Amino acid sequence: MSDLLDNTEEATKAVVAFLEKKSKSKTKFYLKDFYKVFPDDKPRMIKKVVNKMVEREILEYWSSGSTTMYGLKGAGIQHSSEGEE
Amino acid sequence: MAKHETPLLDQLESGPWPSFVSDLKAQAERRAKNEEGIEFQIPSDTVDDLLGILELSFKHGRTHWKHGGIVGVFGYGGGVIGRYCDQPQAFPGVEHFHTMRVNQPAGKYYTTDYLRTLTKLWDFRGSGITNMHGATGDIILLGTTTPQIEEIFHTLTHDMGQDLGGSGSNLRTPADCLGQSRCEYSCYDTNAMVYFLTNEYQDELHRPAFPYKFKFKLDGCPNCCVASIARSDMSFIGTWRDDIRVDQDAVNKYVENDAAYPANAGAFRGSKDWGPFDLEKEVLGLCPTKCMKFENQKLSIDNANCTRCMHCINVMPRALKIGKETGCSILVGAKAPILDGAQMGSLLVPFVEVNPDNDYEAITEVIENVWDWWMEEGKNRERLGELIMRQGFQKLLEVTGIKAQPQHVQYPRTNPYIFWKEDEVEGGWERDVEEYRKHHQR
Repeated sequence: MSDLLDNTEEATKAVVAFLEKKSKSKTKFYLKDFYKVFPDDKPRMIKKVVNKMVEREILEYWSSGSTTMYGLKGAGIQHSSEGEE
Repeated sequence: MAKHETPLLDQLESGPWPSFVSDLKAQAERRAKNEEGIEFQIPSDTVDDLLGILELSFKHGRTHWKHGGIVGVFGYGGGVIGRYCDQPQAFPGVEHFHTMRVNQPAGKYYTTDYLRTLTKLWDFRGSGITNMHGATGDIILLGTTTPQIEEIFHTLTHDMGQDLGGSGSNLRTPADCLGQSRCEYSCYDTNAMVYFLTNEYQDELHRPAFPYKFKFKLDGCPNCCVASIARSDMSFIGTWRDDIRVDQDAVNKYVENDAAYPANAGAFRGSKDWGPFDLEKEVLGLCPTKCMKFENQKLSIDNANCTRCMHCINVMPRALKIGKETGCSILVGAKAPILDGAQMGSLLVPFVEVNPDNDYEAITEVIENVWDWWMEEGKNRERLGELIMRQGFQKLLEVTGIKAQPQHVQYPRTNPYIFWKEDEVEGGWERDVEEYRKHHQR
């Protein structure tokens, strides 16, 4: 595991910066998009770290049922915009 | 009185088969009457509105369901699928109509008490509509609202010892046949292996890990009752590597049409009289590799040429049995036709031992090598079968460290070129030019 991925705070910062930079054009990302943020790491390790960020409520999942995407929590379409509380 | 007029749906009830429309109408009426006094946690007319929106979709010739959504239980990236309709004013009961996938037990063994508890929970917190089971194998609970999801999950996990299944870019709930629990053809304990894989790969099952979905399906024998060969990215099909066991006396009983030895294992014959059993026509003549013969009241099988089609064993189960040295074959890459058309699985490992004592080591090694490759190289929304088509089966052999074998060859090659890699050629690509010039003029 690279130092960047190993350091929770730095890894989070890198992911949030990456998502914020792209936030004007889109709000949902594939897991594979995060591979670019951690070019020296194996996909399985990246998956573990990114999924931890969902547990820590920094990111959230969006699922079509067949595919899952990630976004910053609160960005894009939400329950509330579907008329839910 | 139905809430919505549904003339197009009503027509679906006129055919000879049971109709889901009749079932939904019955459920709508049951909820309207509510004789059991259930305190419905979602609108009681949700099923009426489901019928209404389906009628409208038929009328318009397009769906009124929107995309998926941000719903799920805490810590899980699968198991809940958000569904919203785009006509909430006309059909408020299905404004939010989320699906939950519940991990079915191996072999789908239930107690009636479990099923009653589950349906009671779903009547209380959902629409009461279930799909037993979905294509992946899970119990599908159709139709609830976001606030109910955590409540349902709590009851499932705390009171029923029950987990959610997989959805999205996760490992999907592994599915299997009944295996050795009921079937004499089964070459390994499919239920035990499903249980192991489900526990071993919990993280992949609950949190998105892959470019797209990934399915394991397990069949105890090549009859492939679960159709794993066509429906899963990685299919484990029971097989044997020694010989089919033959009881010659029993073979002759079949030939003599002994009543205790009914042909085709006594399967339903219909009203037609198919005449006496004919071994030559019904077994030997149908063997795909013609590897059997019956001479002097003795059946012989050229086992090296048997492709495990199971036909002879299915027809004469009292005479023929699977071999004793059993294990499984691993096939990869089957998928439904979303992109590139449907694909059947390709044989990757002809025979591997199925050994629970060492935690199925030989099998998990193949699984993890395949995953590492697909996670690294697979494009977004690309199934394993599509990656194999794109990069080649040879590449798959390379990443799994499996040597090419005759069983991998489906038909003679049509490409006359061979591309050697440097390490496959003696001396590599480097050469001593001066040494070369000694023998060859410029």
